[in-house]
Amino acid sequence: MIKRRFGFRGPGSRLGALIVLVVLGLPALARAQVFNPETFTLPNGMEVVVIPNHRVPVVHHMVWYKIGAADEPAGKSGLAHLLEHLMFKGTPTIPPGEFSKIVARNGGQDNAFTSSDFTAYFQSIAKDRLPMVMEMEADRMANLRLSEEDFQTERQVVREERRSRTDNEPGELLSERIGQALWGTHPYKNPIIGWEPELMALTRADALAFYDRYYAPNNAILVVAGDITAAELKPLAERTYGALPRRDTPQRASLRDPLRALPPPAETVITMHHAQVAQPSFSRRYVAPSAAFDPQGMADALEVLDEILGGGSSGRLYKHLVIERGMAVSAGSWYRGEALDWGSFGLYASPRDGVAMADLVAAVDAEVASLLDQGVKADEVDDAKRRLTAGLVYARDSLSEGARALGEALTTGSSVAQVESWPERIKAVTPEQVSAAARAVLGRRDRSVTGFLLPEPRS
Amino acid sequence: MKRLLFALVLLVAPWGAFSAQATPVQTVTTPSGVTAYLLADPTLPIVSLSFILPGGAVSDPADRRGLATLASGLLDEGAGPYDSQAFRARLEDQAIELRFDAGRDSFSGSLKTTTATLEDAFALLRLALHEPRFDAEPVDRIRAQVMTAVRMGEADPQTLASKALFAAVFADSPYAFDEQGSEEGLRAITADDLRGFVRRQLVRQGLAIGVAGDITPEHLSALLERTFGDLPATGDQPPLPVPTPRLAGTTTVIDRDIPQSIALLAQGGLKREDADWQAAYVLNYILGGGGFNSRLMNEVREKRGLAYSVYSTLYPFRTVGLWLAGTATQNARLGESLAVMRAEWARMAESGPTDQELADAKTYLTGAWPLRFTSTEAVAAILASMRMTDLPADYIDRRNAEILALTTDDLRRVAKRLMTPDQLTAVVVGRPEGLPPAADPTAPAVR
Repeated sequence: MIKRRFGFRGPGSRLGALIVLVVLGLPALARAQVFNPETFTLPNGMEVVVIPNHRVPVVHHMVWYKIGAADEPAGKSGLAHLLEHLMFKGTPTIPPGEFSKIVARNGGQDNAFTSSDFTAYFQSIAKDRLPMVMEMEADRMANLRLSEEDFQTERQVVREERRSRTDNEPGELLSERIGQALWGTHPYKNPIIGWEPELMALTRADALAFYDRYYAPNNAILVVAGDITAAELKPLAERTYGALPRRDTPQRASLRDPLRALPPPAETVITMHHAQVAQPSFSRRYVAPSAAFDPQGMADALEVLDEILGGGSSGRLYKHLVIERGMAVSAGSWYRGEALDWGSFGLYASPRDGVAMADLVAAVDAEVASLLDQGVKADEVDDAKRRLTAGLVYARDSLSEGARALGEALTTGSSVAQVESWPERIKAVTPEQVSAAARAVLGRRDRSVTGFLLPEPRS
Repeated sequence: MKRLLFALVLLVAPWGAFSAQATPVQTVTTPSGVTAYLLADPTLPIVSLSFILPGGAVSDPADRRGLATLASGLLDEGAGPYDSQAFRARLEDQAIELRFDAGRDSFSGSLKTTTATLEDAFALLRLALHEPRFDAEPVDRIRAQVMTAVRMGEADPQTLASKALFAAVFADSPYAFDEQGSEEGLRAITADDLRGFVRRQLVRQGLAIGVAGDITPEHLSALLERTFGDLPATGDQPPLPVPTPRLAGTTTVIDRDIPQSIALLAQGGLKREDADWQAAYVLNYILGGGGFNSRLMNEVREKRGLAYSVYSTLYPFRTVGLWLAGTATQNARLGESLAVMRAEWARMAESGPTDQELADAKTYLTGAWPLRFTSTEAVAAILASMRMTDLPADYIDRRNAEILALTTDDLRRVAKRLMTPDQLTAVVVGRPEGLPPAADPTAPAVR
C-alpha cells in the first residue's frame, strides 16, 4: 500500500527500524476488531459504512474504490496509483491542486493510498465540514478534469516517488523480484508504483480511460468514522454520492482468468548483492489463502500460526533463533490475508555477526520442518489466541483504524460480518487446524520464493 | 476579500465545538511530589501514560555512545523476579504495551493498557524503572540489534545525510552524534554502565508525565506514587550541553552511486519555550510544514515535478533549536531543487507571508487541533510534552487563541529574526548535478 504524500522522515533512525527493514513483505496489518458499524446502501449501489465514535467532534471520511493495481491493463503497471495522484488535479469547480488546500483551509487533513486491490481517498476534519468534503469527493468521482501539463508533471512526481521508495531501497528492489517470481502472470506480480518503463509510458488518455471505466458510485464504498450516526449521514450521502448515476463497471477479473492462475510450481531462490546493503538478510514468501479466497477455511488458523511462529518475542523463530541460540538479530513471520485473490505468508531472518547465512537458513528450515512434522501444541495455540485478542479494544482507540479495516475488508472480498466475528473465529481455532494450515502453506516450498539480500562481495 | 471573510467565519466553528466545555486537563500531584497532567476519558477502558526526562544520548559518555539507546531496549527485557522471557510474556499475554525510547537529549517511556490489567501494567513499569536486571543474554542480544541498526544506517543514504548534517552543525558537541551511538561505544558497554545510566537518568528531577484514559485522579495518584514516588530526586546527571550550531552556508556532497540524491538543510531554529515559538511554527507551516499548502511543496513538487517529498520543520532540542528542510530528487536535477528551496527561503526571509497565507494557516492549524486528540496515546504524549515545556494545564484550550492572535507583522518580524538563508547548511548524498560552484563535490566528506 503506498500513499500519495510522503511522511516526514526526520533525521536519525530508530531501533525499531531494523525490524521493519528486514521484512521484505508487508507485515500483517493490525487486525480488525469489533467496531459495531452501521451500514446501508444507496439506490445507485454505493455501499455505506458508519463507525460511530463520539470522543471528539471530528470525522474520518473515506471513499474506497474496488479497483487497484491488479486491475490494470497488461503493460500499464502503475496506472491505478498514478490516477490516485491525478484525482487531486481538479474538476470544473475545483481548480487543479486546490482540493487539498480547501480541505486544509477548513482545518482538515487529506490523503489517498493505492494497493493491489483498492484505491482509497480520505479526509479527517471537523464534523460540521463533513458535507463539504462529501460534496468535493462526490464531485471528483464524476467530473475529473486533467490537463496534459498537469499529467506530465505528476508522472514526474511519481517517478521521483519510485526513486525514493524503490530505486534507492535495495530491500524494495528485491521485493519486486520476489513478487514477480511468486506470481508469474497473475497481476499481483506488478509493483503498485509500476515498473519504471511502463510508468513512464502511461498517457493522459490511459488515466482517463481507467477513471471512466472504474470510478462510479456502484464500484465505491463510503466509510465514515467519528462523531456521526447512520441516521445523520444518510441524508448527506443521498444528496452527494446518491446524486451520481450508477454506471456499468466491468466485473472484477476472477481467478478463473487463466492469467490469474498461479505459475507452475517451482522452488525459486533470488540472490541480490547491493552496495547499500550492510546487513545480510533472508526472506521467504509463500502463496497462502486470503480472508476472501479461502476454499479450505484456513485464514484464521494462519493468523494463529503467524502468532506462534513469528509473534513478538515469544514467537518460536525469535525465541529459538534470536534468544536461545543467538544466531540472528531478527527472525519472524508475517501473514497478509487482506487480498481479493491469494494472500501471502512470509518468513524472515537476519544473522548475527559471525553466523553464516547458510547456517541460519538451515536453522529456519529446521524450525519449519519440526512444525510440519510435529504440529503445534495446545498451550501454544491458547497463548497465541489470548495474545491476538487481548488488545481488542485498542483498535477503537483511534479515529481511523476501524474505517481502514472495514474499507480494506470490503474491497478485498470480505464482509462487515466477517470483520465483526473475527474474535470469535480466532477463539474457535484448534491446534489441528493450525497444524493443517502450516502443512498446506509452509509445506509447499514449490509455492514459495526465497530472497537473499547481501552486501556486495568484497573485490 | 469575499474568500477571506469566508475563511474567517469557518475557522471559529470547529474549535468552538471542541471547546464548548473547557478541556478538563487536571493536575495530579502525589504526596511525594510526582506531578502529571491527566485528561480523564471513560469512553473506552484504556489508559495511556507517557513520560519524558531530559538526558538521553547527549549524556552518553564519549566512549560509550549508544548507552541510552541500549538501556532503552533493555528496561523491558527483564526486571525484578522476571527474566527477559518472563517479563516479555507478562506484557504480551495481557497486551500491555511498554516502550522506552532514547532521544538525542531526552529519555522517554510509554505505557498503554486496558483497565483490566491496569495494576499489573503499572507494576511492570515500576519494576522496569527500579529493578532492571541487565542479564547477559538480553544485553548481548539487544546490543547486537542496535549495532546492526548502526551498520545499516551507515549504508542508508537518508541516515547518512542526517548523521553528516548533525556532525557538521554540532561539530564537537555531543549533539553531533545520533542516539544509536557507535559500534565501538556499544561494544564497550557493560552491565555496570547500564546500571550507572539508570541511577543518573531515571530520577524525579525534570520528570514530565501525561496520562489519558479511563482513570480517576485519585487512582492515578496512587499508581504514580507507587511507580515514580521513590525514584531518586536527582541523579548527578551533568547539565545538558548548550551547543552553538556551526552554520556556514556550505553544501557538502557525500558521493554515493544512487539514482536519487537526498538533500538535508539546516539553519538555526528556536527552543519550544521561546516567546516566538507559535509565530515561528506558523511561519514554518507556510514555508514547508503544511504539506500541499506549503510554498516548498508548491514550487518543488506541484509546479516542477522535482520531488515526491519536500518539507521544512522546526527541530527544537532542550538547549538549542534547529530549522531543517529536506528533499530527494534525481541526480540530474538536484541542483535545481536546492536552488528553488534556497530561493523560497530567501523570499520568505525577505517579505514574510501574505495575509491570505496567514489566514489559511490559521484556519488549518486551529481546525486541525482537535484531530490530535483522537487516541489516548496521542493525548498522553501531548500532555507529557506540555509538562516538559512548562505549559499550563489549560494550554489545550488557549492554544488556538495564541495562533489566532498572530499578525503578518509578527511573522515578518520573526522571519527577520530567525531566517538566515545564507547560512542554510546542506548535505547531499548521491551524485548530484547542477550545484553551484561553491559546493565542491571533491571536498572531503564530513564523516
